[in-house]
Amino acid sequence: MKTVEEINEKIREGNVNVVTALEMKEIVAELGAKEAAKEVDVVTTGTFGAMCSSGAFFNFGHSDPPIKMQRVWLNDVEAYTGIAAVDAYLGVTQLSETLGMEYGGAHVIEDLVRGKEVELRATAYGTDCYPRKEIVTEISLEDVNQAVMVNPRNAYQRYRAATNSSDRVLRTYMGTLLPNFGNVTYAGVGELSPLNNDPEYRTIGVGTRIFLGGAKGYVIGEGTQHSPPFGTLMVKGNLKEMKPEYLRAATFPGYGVTLFVGIGIPIPILDEEMAKATAITDDKIETVIIDFGVPRRDRPIVKRVTYAELKSGKVEINGEDVRVSPLSSYYMSKKIAEELKRMIERGEFFLTMPVERIPQKEVFKPMRQREIKVVKSVMSSPAITISPEASIEEAARILIENEINHLPVVNERGELIGIVTSWDIAKAVARGKIGKVEDIMTRKVITTTMEEPIEIAARKMEQHEISALPVVDKDNKVVGIVSSEDLSKLLAR
Amino acid sequence: MLLKLKYDSRSVRAPVISKVAIEENALINIIEAKVEPRFGEIVVEVDDEIAERVAEKFKKYGVEVRKLTKSIEKSEKCVDCGACISVCPTGVFERGEDDRIVVNEVKCIRCGFCVGVCPLNALKLPE
Ligand code: SF4
Ligand code: SF4
Repeated sequence: MKTVEEINEKIREGNVNVVTALEMKEIVAELGAKEAAKEVDVVTTGTFGAMCSSGAFFNFGHSDPPIKMQRVWLNDVEAYTGIAAVDAYLGVTQLSETLGMEYGGAHVIEDLVRGKEVELRATAYGTDCYPRKEIVTEISLEDVNQAVMVNPRNAYQRYRAATNSSDRVLRTYMGTLLPNFGNVTYAGVGELSPLNNDPEYRTIGVGTRIFLGGAKGYVIGEGTQHSPPFGTLMVKGNLKEMKPEYLRAATFPGYGVTLFVGIGIPIPILDEEMAKATAITDDKIETVIIDFGVPRRDRPIVKRVTYAELKSGKVEINGEDVRVSPLSSYYMSKKIAEELKRMIERGEFFLTMPVERIPQKEVFKPMRQREIKVVKSVMSSPAITISPEASIEEAARILIENEINHLPVVNERGELIGIVTSWDIAKAVARGKIGKVEDIMTRKVITTTMEEPIEIAARKMEQHEISALPVVDKDNKVVGIVSSEDLSKLLAR
Repeated sequence: MLLKLKYDSRSVRAPVISKVAIEENALINIIEAKVEPRFGEIVVEVDDEIAERVAEKFKKYGVEVRKLTKSIEKSEKCVDCGACISVCPTGVFERGEDDRIVVNEVKCIRCGFCVGVCPLNALKLPE
């Protein structure tokens, strides 16, 4: 049994034994947990990945005459000002109003940490005590009073890996997912990751001193969505002391902006139990691969895997080898664990015990929603359909008589085989084409189902630039039709 | 070797690739093509040994030829995350010994897909 005070005394004396989490696996394998606990005082961990739930509080100081900022932008990226006059919180995923996904809150933070100046622009309604209504100026990290990084959810213990069963390329927060299970992506660094090395959160809790973005920071509680073993941490640190190498702005193409954050946590080896915990290896850390091809909250699980399998670069799905991309940097994570080790060895970093433990059990609840509106509630049913054998003229007549623009084409069993629109007919007429509906219909029809949420149906229409979807049942029989007008009436509310 | 062919309004109307393939008895693999009524840009792959000969023939038929020797370039912006590994069709990116992401340039067919995938905007295809 060792205490953190004893370990800190060793740090002061310069004879502390610190190893990285990767080195610890080998030491425990060789000496056993009991001996390893005597030998080793501290195990350092590290992680470096995209952490969207990050940002910083700023206090800009007062202008003359003073302003109570109602809205504020840094390089055109808006920060939240619903707090005191010149305080604001800039979130990393907020996009620039002029550059969109190319530049966001994360880029502002990286620029500031690199020593650059950014433009501050603020507006206000004006009061007796804060008469100014507008200000534009330049600021750097030196100019502001405080710049405190506060990240509500960082350092995910483990994360669900992603794949895509659909026939389109998907651009997601899990990176680019190729169609038909073309690849798998995963986040986190498994056995090197802080929380996996202290799964009962004995030494990582409120008040634990950590390495955050190249400076010292603190755990201030469990993170949002904390749900062991998918644990998370809320952390804070002084942005003014951080280094750009460990805070890197990124854009996940088609998804948005995020920040790669470097976090390292030292774990005191208090006893044999802690030695055992820090010996955890990737083959013991499990997660699941989920299917992003299904755009719902509860995405189906494709497969259970361990981090060892993911790290191998290949996993088998439906009998085929699928290539795997990590999204967190192992190289940087290792570098952080090593840097933290050096800081402790040089006596620059002392350990703390948590003043309060974070929950070891907690469930992550879904959002309470009034209702999930589905296609069934807005579709026109039954749909007016036509046979492929019918003439183009006949189709034109039905469209006009019913004042509609889309006509699903069904065979004698009522199964959907195509669609004709008034535009198809206009084109056919303009080209002097006479014939049957099947000569001009579109055969690859984008469809929806009765139970599909209307937001998903709307996104399908938007993506394919179409304005109606036939509604089919499980046998591909047409049961109705839904148009973009039907949906916009509901979505706009 | 990869050759970038630039067609003008005249050459774009002639079946130049077929002519060169037949006359030079060469296998020509089309990697990328953008053909419009008055202009065309096609990237083809041919064996290194016959590249010179094939290039000359294209020029004879009024097509501008540039050899694409440069493959994908990774800048120092890279954070070694590995997001590019699984999207490259030919496996150019690999995790090296020290966990850095290494680029095996010779495998690159210049499809350009990885350029739009890297979150750090660290990948570029030089002309
Ligand atoms: S995706 Fe970009 S940052 Fe990540 S390893 Fe590849 S080149 Fe480097
Ligand atoms: S350009 Fe295409 S082939 Fe070359 S590295 Fe990128 S993805 Fe691979």
